[in-house]
Amino acid sequence: MADDVAVEEVATPVPEVERVHGAPVTWSAGQRVLHPSRGDLPAVVRSLRDDDHFNMCLDVTGVDYLTYEADRQLPPGVAPERFEVVVTLMSHRRRERVRLRTQVPEADPTLGSLFDVHPGTEAMEREVFDLFGIAFEGHPDLTRILMPEDWVGHPLRKDQAIGRIPVQFKAADRKDAR
Amino acid sequence: MSITERASGIETSEGSQEMTDRSSANAEELLRELGATLRLSEAEAAELVGEGPSEDQTMIINMGPQHPSTHGVLRLMLELEGETVLRTKPIVGYLHTGMEKTGEDLTYLQGPTNVTRMDYAAPLFNELVFSLTTEKLLGIDEDIPARAQWIRMLLTEINRITSNLLFLATNGMDVGAVSMMLYGWRDREEGLRLLEMITGLRMNHNYIRPGGVAADLPDGWRDAVLTFIDGVPPSLDEYDVLLTGQPIYRERLQGVGVITAQEAIALGATGPILRSTGVPWDLRRDMPYLFYEQVDFDVVVGTYGDCFDRYAIRINEIREAIKIIRQILDLLPPGDYRIQDKKVTPPPRARIDESMEALIHHFKIFTEGFKVPVGEAYMAVESPRGELGCYIVSDGSSKPYRMHIRGPSFVNLQTLPHMMRGGLIADAVAIISSVDPIMGEVDR
Amino acid sequence: MQWDVSKGLEGLDHNFLTGKIEDLVKWARRMSVMPATFGLACCAIEMMGTGGAHYDISRFGMETFRASPRQADLMIVAGRVSQKMAPVLRQIYDQMMEPKWVISMGVCASSGGMFNNYALVQGVDQIVPVDVYAPGCPPGPETLIHAINTLHEKIRDGELTRRQPGKGLGLRVEQRDGQPEAQPVALSNRG
Repeated sequence: MADDVAVEEVATPVPEVERVHGAPVTWSAGQRVLHPSRGDLPAVVRSLRDDDHFNMCLDVTGVDYLTYEADRQLPPGVAPERFEVVVTLMSHRRRERVRLRTQVPEADPTLGSLFDVHPGTEAMEREVFDLFGIAFEGHPDLTRILMPEDWVGHPLRKDQAIGRIPVQFKAADRKDAR
Repeated sequence: MSITERASGIETSEGSQEMTDRSSANAEELLRELGATLRLSEAEAAELVGEGPSEDQTMIINMGPQHPSTHGVLRLMLELEGETVLRTKPIVGYLHTGMEKTGEDLTYLQGPTNVTRMDYAAPLFNELVFSLTTEKLLGIDEDIPARAQWIRMLLTEINRITSNLLFLATNGMDVGAVSMMLYGWRDREEGLRLLEMITGLRMNHNYIRPGGVAADLPDGWRDAVLTFIDGVPPSLDEYDVLLTGQPIYRERLQGVGVITAQEAIALGATGPILRSTGVPWDLRRDMPYLFYEQVDFDVVVGTYGDCFDRYAIRINEIREAIKIIRQILDLLPPGDYRIQDKKVTPPPRARIDESMEALIHHFKIFTEGFKVPVGEAYMAVESPRGELGCYIVSDGSSKPYRMHIRGPSFVNLQTLPHMMRGGLIADAVAIISSVDPIMGEVDR
Repeated sequence: MQWDVSKGLEGLDHNFLTGKIEDLVKWARRMSVMPATFGLACCAIEMMGTGGAHYDISRFGMETFRASPRQADLMIVAGRVSQKMAPVLRQIYDQMMEPKWVISMGVCASSGGMFNNYALVQGVDQIVPVDVYAPGCPPGPETLIHAINTLHEKIRDGELTRRQPGKGLGLRVEQRDGQPEAQPVALSNRG
């Protein structure tokens, strides 16, 4: 009937995700975790250092989620990729840590280096490069640090085996072995 | 052959891991060499390249990986002008054991056996941080019995004493007081004997496990601990006479290896290196874990950021640890030594004969392992070398999906080039010794 | 008692006179073995403990750990040998002068230990010929002293001039690290 007012479709409101310097926030076991995008990571770390007093970078590490079956616990809007680079920052003034998880795709495993913001990430980024193959643009000396220089492969990737050798019991084929 | 090739030999040459000649370093690289915290304008840096000493006066030599100062397999490439050190490049990886990959293959109950061998001078700290992270993921970190937490505190403080005694021994020997090696080991043996009485092993104890500790303290432990901590302060007074007040020792260490607070924070240094610059940051006081907020102790802080400050901090940390242990002896409550959650803790051996359920739990825990919920967590403790952290990603199975240990020595080694610049080679040995790296946790 | 000069010392027959001299030489060799510092990991801490005052390796004449391999007789491989360290180990072993012995201290040096993975050499006997294996993780100072005493007995009872003829695994291993091409390394005594 013409008197009927057309019912407008009201879209269900998308829950507002808390953002810090543009990166969405989740909480993991009582710890605040930010999820900046690949391009934003150095800028977010710099803002955290300059504005929020996160003056020390504790750790830069990587995770390979190739065989991960469970829920990645990412906020809506963040697309999961194979690699993740995890940065842990510490604020002495606030006595608090913050963790940043950045998704890095397998097809293009590169990321901006944090060396200009925190020079202490030099060795840690080299380790991530060595063990995962994630390259950091702008790093002063991106070479292998733990494996020999001519090693082929990135050992901590999930598609690389642990390299176990079958254990030989040397006495087994001795004729006088009891 | 260039100087680099000749000096480094052929068998252990490592391609691009070596240092390039100073003349080929551009201004940007020199800027970075001095660190991002020091501002050097492009013009000044370019001048440095232009007027540098003539090439045949700088020499690149290789120190290690096998060398007499007992800090494990650290290799240093030093660029020297005469005896002055200009640039340094620490090359690590000679002890890489693939422990993080191995950790993905072992259950959470076997995890401490793996991580304990990383920082092998203070193994209980590695076990502690792994257990704390696992408990956080399990969600039982509030339910660990108080007695277990106090026992953990007691053992880690004893381990702090033995680790700092090791530092005193090696530091004295590196600087020249060779008898210090014997004295340090003499006192350390008492500590190791005490740890053997409590945990069963002298080193790599695998005693602190997720859920609590492996076994309760044995009878007579109180007297044994008191004997140990009563025997250490007279020895420390001896070392004060031998080292602290001695002019030669002071000349060797004061003003050597100076680092500023801004440099240390920018490079991520923690522990005695950071505290020697005047920053009073100690995780036990600023972000307390276990029951550290209930004990009263001082955080020892230096002023000048030199090697002598780091030595003084460590010798006083032994005294503070003794203070903490005396308080723990009064505060240790009776109770369980591990959480009574059947899914996590193996049942007592006697019960296995009586109860089928206990047998099944025992079997499941030791073969398959207990399952840890999905999630990721990072926990850190204050080890004698700095902030020792553990990051575990769990996928719900009984083995960690990813286990990463943030080794303090790995990050602290980045301060070496800044500390060594402008010093002599002899100072280089004193500086490495004052940083006290343990290569097990650098290379993992 | 013909002495075939072309065979060098190996051609000497044993007789009363040379027997006494042999005993003297072997006594001198085993009573003053000088270890080279090759402490790598946790076992190095226990090795230093053995050198300390309580366990006192000095009663065997061995407290002088020589830094230079040219001056050392014994290489105690104390700790895990990673792939990057393996060529260095071989180089140090080659720089030692005859007579030389190797004690493989700890399970990581003897067989790879608990780390059966890509990063470690599974047993240092893949690279150097080992005389005595000391198991343990880490072996306490008492175990290491037992290994040293076993080595002393081996020196006392062994042939003076033999150097493990035909022993060693007889494998040829390719040493790849840092090489433009693989260099074959033979694992017998003089490979």
